[in-house]
Amino acid sequence: MQYEQDQHPAPAEPRQASSQNDADALCERVHQANTDKTSLRIEGGGTKAFYGRRVEGDALSLTGHRGITHYDPVELVVSVRAGTPLSELEAALDAQHQQLSCEPPHFGPAATVGGMIASGLSGPRRPWVGAVRDFVLGTRLITHEGKHLRFGGEVMKNVAGYDLSRLMVGAQGTLGVITEVSLKVLPKPSATQSLRLELPLDEALQRLAQWGRQPLPITAAAYHDDALHLRLEGGRSSVAATSERLGGDDLDSRFWQDLREQRLAFFDKTDPRPLWRLSLPNNTPPLALEGDTLYDWAGAQRWLRSDAEASTLRKTVTQAGGHATCFTSGHTEPFTPLSKVVANYHRRLKTQLDPNGIFNPGRLYPEF
Amino acid sequence: MNILYDERIDGVLPASDKANTLQRLQQALPDMLLLHREEDLRPFECDGLSAYRVVPMLVAMPDTIEQIETLMRTCSELGVPVVTRGAGTGLSGGALPLEKGVLLVMSRFSRILGIDPDARIAHVQPGVRNLAISEAAAPYGLYYAPDPSSQIACSIGGNVAENAGGVHCLKYGLTVHNVLRVEVVTIEGERMILGSEAFDAPGFDLLALFTGSEGMLGVITEVTVKLLPKPESAKVLMASFDDVEKAGKAVGDIIAAGIIPGGLEMMDKLAIQAAEDFVKAGYPVEAEAILLCELDGVEADVDDDCATVRKVLEQAGASDIQQARDEAERALFWAGRKNAFPAVGRMSPDYYCMDGTIPRRELPRVLKGIAALSEEYGLRVANVFHAGDGNTHPLILFDANKPGELEKAETIGGKILELCVEVGGSITGEHGVGREKINQMCTQFQPDEITTFHAVKAAFDSAGLLNPGKNIPTLHRCAEFGAMHVHNGELPHPELPRF
Repeated sequence: MQYEQDQHPAPAEPRQASSQNDADALCERVHQANTDKTSLRIEGGGTKAFYGRRVEGDALSLTGHRGITHYDPVELVVSVRAGTPLSELEAALDAQHQQLSCEPPHFGPAATVGGMIASGLSGPRRPWVGAVRDFVLGTRLITHEGKHLRFGGEVMKNVAGYDLSRLMVGAQGTLGVITEVSLKVLPKPSATQSLRLELPLDEALQRLAQWGRQPLPITAAAYHDDALHLRLEGGRSSVAATSERLGGDDLDSRFWQDLREQRLAFFDKTDPRPLWRLSLPNNTPPLALEGDTLYDWAGAQRWLRSDAEASTLRKTVTQAGGHATCFTSGHTEPFTPLSKVVANYHRRLKTQLDPNGIFNPGRLYPEF
Repeated sequence: MNILYDERIDGVLPASDKANTLQRLQQALPDMLLLHREEDLRPFECDGLSAYRVVPMLVAMPDTIEQIETLMRTCSELGVPVVTRGAGTGLSGGALPLEKGVLLVMSRFSRILGIDPDARIAHVQPGVRNLAISEAAAPYGLYYAPDPSSQIACSIGGNVAENAGGVHCLKYGLTVHNVLRVEVVTIEGERMILGSEAFDAPGFDLLALFTGSEGMLGVITEVTVKLLPKPESAKVLMASFDDVEKAGKAVGDIIAAGIIPGGLEMMDKLAIQAAEDFVKAGYPVEAEAILLCELDGVEADVDDDCATVRKVLEQAGASDIQQARDEAERALFWAGRKNAFPAVGRMSPDYYCMDGTIPRRELPRVLKGIAALSEEYGLRVANVFHAGDGNTHPLILFDANKPGELEKAETIGGKILELCVEVGGSITGEHGVGREKINQMCTQFQPDEITTFHAVKAAFDSAGLLNPGKNIPTLHRCAEFGAMHVHNGELPHPELPRF
């Protein structure tokens, strides 16, 4: 193990010795639930409980199953238990000048690694470097029978067997209990600079399409408050040269955390209108939708505050080649319904991997 | 242990009557090209793993998706297995036909359906060659990143089925990172879209599950890939070492310096000599190992990174460092590496290419293990290594005409893969399991994990008609394989029933 405790005082791992017991106890709980056919509601820090449908079931908390099990900065791989606070993992990577390049949102200090995997949500850098699923190399899972299995591994390339690790990302715990995950990590960029350019929306989108075809060191692009917000990351020379070329004013880089964590005024929790996440193809023009829109991911992820009917909204978004997710809790159908054929294979897969329907039943869709 | 389909341990295949199947398919698909004469079938008897050959019962060459739907429905009704084949360049026997099966050849789906430069995507049919996508995107300053060495011939459908890699994976990812959406037809003849043109899609990530599933879950009928802007500049450094271990350490040092090279390749002495002899790339034939390190991106950054890497290589004890002076020399440096397999092929009547991945720190141990096996069995092994991402390609040289040499090569190959698993790696980084590594799957996974894979398969193909015998071994095969590999008097899977 290259993760030397004396080099990095944090994070401490007080639970190292008991983690095997934790895992055994978790397996036993799952086995029992499967035998009794009782539903389990898998829980981490609870920061993303709003995301998805309400689950009825006995709570199965992963927060006790925590700690980094292996971190070798030179291999660019970290293995970490699901209950580990995301902030703890990020601090350990930061000490080695490395990062989770998908910059997952926390939505609160209690956010865990397991919640990041289960929700599969990624931050502003996603279009340029990849999503959470792109950095997952391997997982350990508890199956419906309470067996603790390992898929994928700690190497960059691995095509042995089906890719069950990536299948778990975004499945919100409906296919098994994620207990540990191995992730690819990357060095932090040596230079970063954020810019704010005041210009109209259509011109901003047009420029983004042009810049997208050029090898520029852009790693975030959002349109908000009548201005295009950009982040440049890379080598010192290219960041400086690009910043000079694109112009605009300096922007405090904390903007990107505020955007990711939904702390900007746009996300004001007292706004009575539901918050929608629209995921759209690159270069989609502004859509005729009622409400206010914030453009992230160079326009490929849009946040919409709107009272529009879900069906109306989804029709427009689907026609544009995308899908719409309701980010305000309590919606009965937060995720875009699947086509008949795809839904059928989802059901079949769920039946194979969780025949008694014990894992987070109904979290994604009512029937699985 | 033979890897050809063995009904005794791989599962009994439905008895299918060739005349009846032919008649039924001709009736259902009068316009589809269907080969059935021995001399027409023979060219399809193997893919890139040419040591194994099986003449398929029939070869279907549809040119519309509707024909594929009907073909699948008919085969499903008849209980006839279907093996899908792209360009047939796969190295693991993933498209090895079955005597009792139909070989579905996708080569007629070879059209680029559209390129949207502003959205940076390309819609292509599965039979389009990997390199043809980059060529079509080049006028827009864009390219498709994954570049397997077979890129002039291999097709994108096969790339998706195998999750193909290449020499630029550490920075730009594998196929799974560069595909946005696929259209598939299931064994029941149902068409569905997985993924989307957006960066994500609702529901389970079936796109990731299908990528690398080796034609076991469905037939890929259309692919949408991401295109990237061509890097402004790419420069390559070649460092020579008098010791393989020093070269291995240099790889880690480059990454520890915070640099992710576009490509980082290593070759050992035998591979260097073979490549130099074949391509005249200017490789130092006296070196024990070379590293090729390509840095790409914005010109100014590339120059800074070249200076950093040069310093790191010097400190790591490189005996010589050369930077390609121009684009022609850069292409030449890469030509040696990209032609390493055929180059080694010229040194020996036959060679067997392995594909294990390891944590990079284990490289010295694995190379020592390979050298010991080479000595023990008296066969030469050349090592070519995607050093940046830990993907090794030992090439075992043998002569199939000498009795027992193929078996020896396979034994060494199997032991190398087991060594990869032992040090925390995988039996395959990018070539796939196919038929070739079916036994070693039993080393990498325990029976419960293999059972889970079978459960996934059952969700999409409950009758097991799609590419039976590939990718996931039966527990029966693992039990027999385990019985042959008794370590220290202990069976690897004592909990398994023995057949």
